[in-house]
Amino acid sequence: MNIEWYIVLSSLLFTIGAVGILIRRSPIVILLCLELMLNAGNLALVAFSREVGNQQGQVFALVVMVVAACEVVVGLGLLVAIFRRKLPMNVDDLRELRG
Amino acid sequence: MSSTAWAWLVLLFPLLGSIVCALSYRVIPARAAGAIGTAAVGLAFLCGIAALVNLLGDPAETRHHASSLWDYASAAGLDIKLGIYVDPLSIFMVLIVTGVSTLIHLYSFGYMGSDAGYHRFFSYLNFFVFSMLLLVLAGNFVLLIVGWAFVGFASYALISFWYRRTTATKAGMKAFVINVVGDIGLVLAAFLIFQQLGSFEYTQVFEKAPEVFQTNEWTIVAICLLLLVGAFAKSAQLPLHTWLPDAMEGPTPVSSLIHAATMVTAGVYLIARTHVLFELAPTAADIAAFTGLATLLVAGTIALVMTDLKRAIAYSTMSQIGYMVVGVSIGAYSAGMFHLMTHAFFKALLFMAAGSIISAMANKQNIDEMSGFGKAMKFTSIAMLCGSLALAAFPGTSGFFSKDEILAYATDRGGMYLIFTVLGYVGALLTAIYTFRLVFRVLPGKPCKEAQELIDTGHLAHETPRNPASGEEEDTDVGFPGPEHHIADQTPSMKIAMGVLSVLALFAGFVQVPGLDHMVTSFLEPVWEGSPLAAIEPSTAASWVGLAIGAAISLAGIGIAYWAYVLRPEVPGKLIERFGWLHTFLYNKWYFDELIDVLVVRPALAIGRFANRTFERFVVDGLVNGTRETVGEAGSVVRAVQNGFVRSYALLLLIGFAGLALYFLITSS
Repeated sequence: MNIEWYIVLSSLLFTIGAVGILIRRSPIVILLCLELMLNAGNLALVAFSREVGNQQGQVFALVVMVVAACEVVVGLGLLVAIFRRKLPMNVDDLRELRG
Repeated sequence: MSSTAWAWLVLLFPLLGSIVCALSYRVIPARAAGAIGTAAVGLAFLCGIAALVNLLGDPAETRHHASSLWDYASAAGLDIKLGIYVDPLSIFMVLIVTGVSTLIHLYSFGYMGSDAGYHRFFSYLNFFVFSMLLLVLAGNFVLLIVGWAFVGFASYALISFWYRRTTATKAGMKAFVINVVGDIGLVLAAFLIFQQLGSFEYTQVFEKAPEVFQTNEWTIVAICLLLLVGAFAKSAQLPLHTWLPDAMEGPTPVSSLIHAATMVTAGVYLIARTHVLFELAPTAADIAAFTGLATLLVAGTIALVMTDLKRAIAYSTMSQIGYMVVGVSIGAYSAGMFHLMTHAFFKALLFMAAGSIISAMANKQNIDEMSGFGKAMKFTSIAMLCGSLALAAFPGTSGFFSKDEILAYATDRGGMYLIFTVLGYVGALLTAIYTFRLVFRVLPGKPCKEAQELIDTGHLAHETPRNPASGEEEDTDVGFPGPEHHIADQTPSMKIAMGVLSVLALFAGFVQVPGLDHMVTSFLEPVWEGSPLAAIEPSTAASWVGLAIGAAISLAGIGIAYWAYVLRPEVPGKLIERFGWLHTFLYNKWYFDELIDVLVVRPALAIGRFANRTFERFVVDGLVNGTRETVGEAGSVVRAVQNGFVRSYALLLLIGFAGLALYFLITSS
């Protein structure tokens, strides 16, 4: 199969994720979209790895997955903390850190 | 032990004494601190004698030794050692400084007896003596400057010893500032010497100077003039003398120490020490001599009208230092140093006597209020008389031989130097008059209130202590006048100190009588080796003619004082009425304070005010505030970005990455 299709799919997923982060306000959805973007990156890495013919891209994909797992742990932890404190589940309302 | 080892010990003892007295004020009783301080200087004196004996054991040509403990700085062409130079001149000074200082310590032991700051006082005194010894023993210009500056600081600390007295703290500052002016002169001179000769060591400088410099070349004249700035500031010569009368605000032993044996003689010592340079710059030497002459006359006239007992004696110090400066500047080195020695004795004694009388007067210093102390305080009166006779150069006393030796030398050099002889004798007449003016107003006559109390009850007058200068009430917690006063007649330690000095003041002159003996000259001779000026020696006959004139003038002066202040007491008042303007002029000390105020202080203040109001306000503040405002403005622009919306941050991030990606795409294709 031609690599273009993978890249197109990857770009599509990345764009959906990015747009999702930009337009949605729920932190859960934002986390999901982040995941989508990371996996779009993974797809591209693996595709290029196959195209070039060595395993380095796949190794990177594994690393990205580990990072993603960590990030989800922190993100979900934050979400639980927000929920426990009965704070609004809306990232636009959580803006105490404004300058 | 070698003479240099003894000299190091001379330095060590006062330093140790100072540290011990300073650190032990909670541990040991006050009297013990006084004893330690006195013993430290006494030991230094004994070590000085040991060094002298050692030095005399050497043949005359090799009577100079340098010794150094370690290197201060050793770098590219610079070699500064912590070194001392022992030769007859420095040992001569060491003996005078430590000897007279020991007696002054002994006097302070009694005089300051009820002062709350007893430990502090002795610590300062010892430090002062240490600084002065460092100054005279220094083997290079760097260490000389160190000692020079230490003396300046120590004088500041001692003059403002009674720190609750506003006049005392101001006087201390004045002394310090004027001394720093002198320090600057000395430092610049040292730099110039190093630049020209490449060394700070005395031995090398004096060896190289005659090879490098032409006589009266401008550099050597500049060096000598800068040295003179230092010397004049320390030795209170015109126009840097104004600190000296104000320094009377300190305790009387301090006046005695600063004005007799130490500090003020530093300038004379400096000129004598660097005589090699001054002989290469006769112009500078003449300037020094004429300044000394002017000082001795100006100070003499002021001393005629001063009503403050200590200030009158202070002006006489200035006047006598003038003689010494004239002496060492015209080439009468030994005579100048001889006068320095005798002056140290009789002036220390006079101050001690004055201190005793001031104690009895409950801190009043105005001679108009004093009279009849001859009956009330016999010992003090006799001591004061001894000191006054020596100061007035009464025939046979120490001042008689030393002063006339300088004038005889001036006569022998002839030519222009005859001016010094003539005006020197005029000064001698003034000296005799003002000295005995004090004596005749304080000692004879009907006892004043305080003196009467002392005669009747044996107790001292106790009034609310007031500052003699400003009249404000004094804080007795800081010390003077303290709850108790001490007069020599009732305090053994003061009595011993004054007794020894009285004998010295009367008889120390016999070490050098023309035609009979010349101990000082022959001892100091190796120092001036090779100097053409030092080789000039007035003949015995000429010296005795000079002595005869001096004796006549001294007796005439005393006679005039007797006539004006005892026989016809109304005369001075009439004179003041007749020559009111002259009296005002002299009473205001020739308006030197005002002159310096107009020439230096006010312009300095004006510059300061300009700097404060204009430069500081607009330039400095403008720069600082401008920086702050710029940063603030920039911050408020950037702040809008930090709006707290996570999604807008994400958008910015995306845009940024997209921009980067675009950039790489464009550049890579």
